[in-house]
Amino acid sequence: MKTIAEINERIKKGQAVVFTAEEIIDIVKEKGLAKAAREVDVVTTGTFGPMCSSAAYFNIGHTKPRIKLGGGRVYLNDVPAYTGLAAVDILLGCTALPDDDPRNRVHPGEFHYGGGHVIEELVAGKDVRLVATAYGTDCYPRKKLETLISLKDINEAVLFDPRNSYQNYNVAINCSSKTIYTYMGALKPNMGNANYSSAGQLSPLFNDPFYKTIGIGTRIFLGGGVGYVAWQGTQHNPNALRGENGVPKRGAGTLAVIGDLKQMKPEWLRGLSMQGYGATMAVGIGVPIPILSEEILKYTTVTDAEIFAAVVDYSDAYPQRKPDILAEVSYAQLKSGKIEIKGKQVPTSSLSSYPKAVEIARTLKDWIQKGEFTLTEPSIPLPGVDAGIVLKSLEERKIEEVQD
Amino acid sequence: MAVIKKIVLRFPKRLVDRPIIYRLVKDYDLEFNILKASITPEQEGLLVLELKGKQDEYDKGIDFLIKAGVNIQSLSQDVTRNEEKCTSCGACITICPTGAFRVDTKTRLILFDNDKCIACGACIPACPPRAMEVHF
Ligand code: SF4
Ligand code: SF4
Repeated sequence: MKTIAEINERIKKGQAVVFTAEEIIDIVKEKGLAKAAREVDVVTTGTFGPMCSSAAYFNIGHTKPRIKLGGGRVYLNDVPAYTGLAAVDILLGCTALPDDDPRNRVHPGEFHYGGGHVIEELVAGKDVRLVATAYGTDCYPRKKLETLISLKDINEAVLFDPRNSYQNYNVAINCSSKTIYTYMGALKPNMGNANYSSAGQLSPLFNDPFYKTIGIGTRIFLGGGVGYVAWQGTQHNPNALRGENGVPKRGAGTLAVIGDLKQMKPEWLRGLSMQGYGATMAVGIGVPIPILSEEILKYTTVTDAEIFAAVVDYSDAYPQRKPDILAEVSYAQLKSGKIEIKGKQVPTSSLSSYPKAVEIARTLKDWIQKGEFTLTEPSIPLPGVDAGIVLKSLEERKIEEVQD
Repeated sequence: MAVIKKIVLRFPKRLVDRPIIYRLVKDYDLEFNILKASITPEQEGLLVLELKGKQDEYDKGIDFLIKAGVNIQSLSQDVTRNEEKCTSCGACITICPTGAFRVDTKTRLILFDNDKCIACGACIPACPPRAMEVHF
């Protein structure tokens, strides 16, 4: 019914009709699907939560004399960066920890500072200490480098996250008799609490469950700036169990995203410390969904009551990779503050921030309404349910002793 | 001289069922008000008391508690939230033993009620952006 080009024309004229994925629920109730689909151009989504598979790569520029960091060692504020690239390209992952961090030696470790915190400081415009050693070559003679760097001094600084924005996620609970510390937070014994991590009805991939509009090249809100969907994220699994409404009840789809770090904001890329687990980063992502048809609009009206997640025991089923789940609960139940599991009332808390997700969806809406942000046509769609993807686990094989 | 003090007592697991508070009343003639009692995630007993009595008896009572293996903190410690760091995720809600955090059901912002806080410290390492700060 509408094309992305037509929507972009309206955006440029400042006439686009835009709602957030929360607002659209009532709009469609009021106007009916057909009328709303004719009138609405874009629905905006948002999510802000810990996303461990996030990283940034940098080209720091050449020193005089030159140094080859590739194959050497580089630390940014004591956090090790990856150097297996060209002379002055480095990559920093958000879960990287200083070599002397005590980790879980005294359990649960605190993980005060890691790669995500370095990225946050860089984005905030701060100077970061770079300390490097190299082996030296004829063309790159230098062996040591110690300097301050900031985003404005270096060439490229690119956020590149291999997996963000999981379509759905487990609800974590602990059936054992002692507290456990997980990437889903501290879980009290005997099902003392249940933690979830999704923006539910506002989350990008819940609003386009079959990836009809989101694809490679989709322009998005990323870390407070503009970014793009680069690829499907790692572990992208369109064939996860789905409900009758098509909405996945398990992990399912993911996005790999990319964008210029220099135009992002520290408010939307936040270093996090997960007690007993490690350091990570919260990433803010918002995806615009062009309302090209009634079907696409219908998907965006999904509510928390219609989205279900699996409750998994993180003291046994999760670490032992058992497929067992304890229950399926809706995000409406989770947001009520308690869920009932095996006859017990279990208090719930969230790891992703709903108010921040709302803020992202509203910011993106604002950008589009002001004509500052236009939509892109994806180059190719994300792999869908018919792509034949089967999510693999690692089945270990013996390494035979090499006979010479 | 009479004193009234608010203190936080932490009982290791082995002391949880012992009649320690009873001894405070019987041996040291202290009056008490229980402000909060719970079991922490670590299975310790957590008790917030207002104790009233004579200064010397109070000091002896505290001494007795320390010798028995009870960890004592005065309530003068203050835990506050750095509003700029807080992302309103909600991870603290089920961690806090006194229910000092609550969700605003409309905005889903996480509200912190300092009056309910007993400065137990549990939320400090549990808050992912480390927004909860302790002041002495
Ligand atoms: S855990 Fe920390 S960031 Fe999250 S709501 Fe509580 S105080 Fe705020
Ligand atoms: S220190 Fe934190 S967890 Fe403890 S009572 Fe205060 S708010 Fe609750």
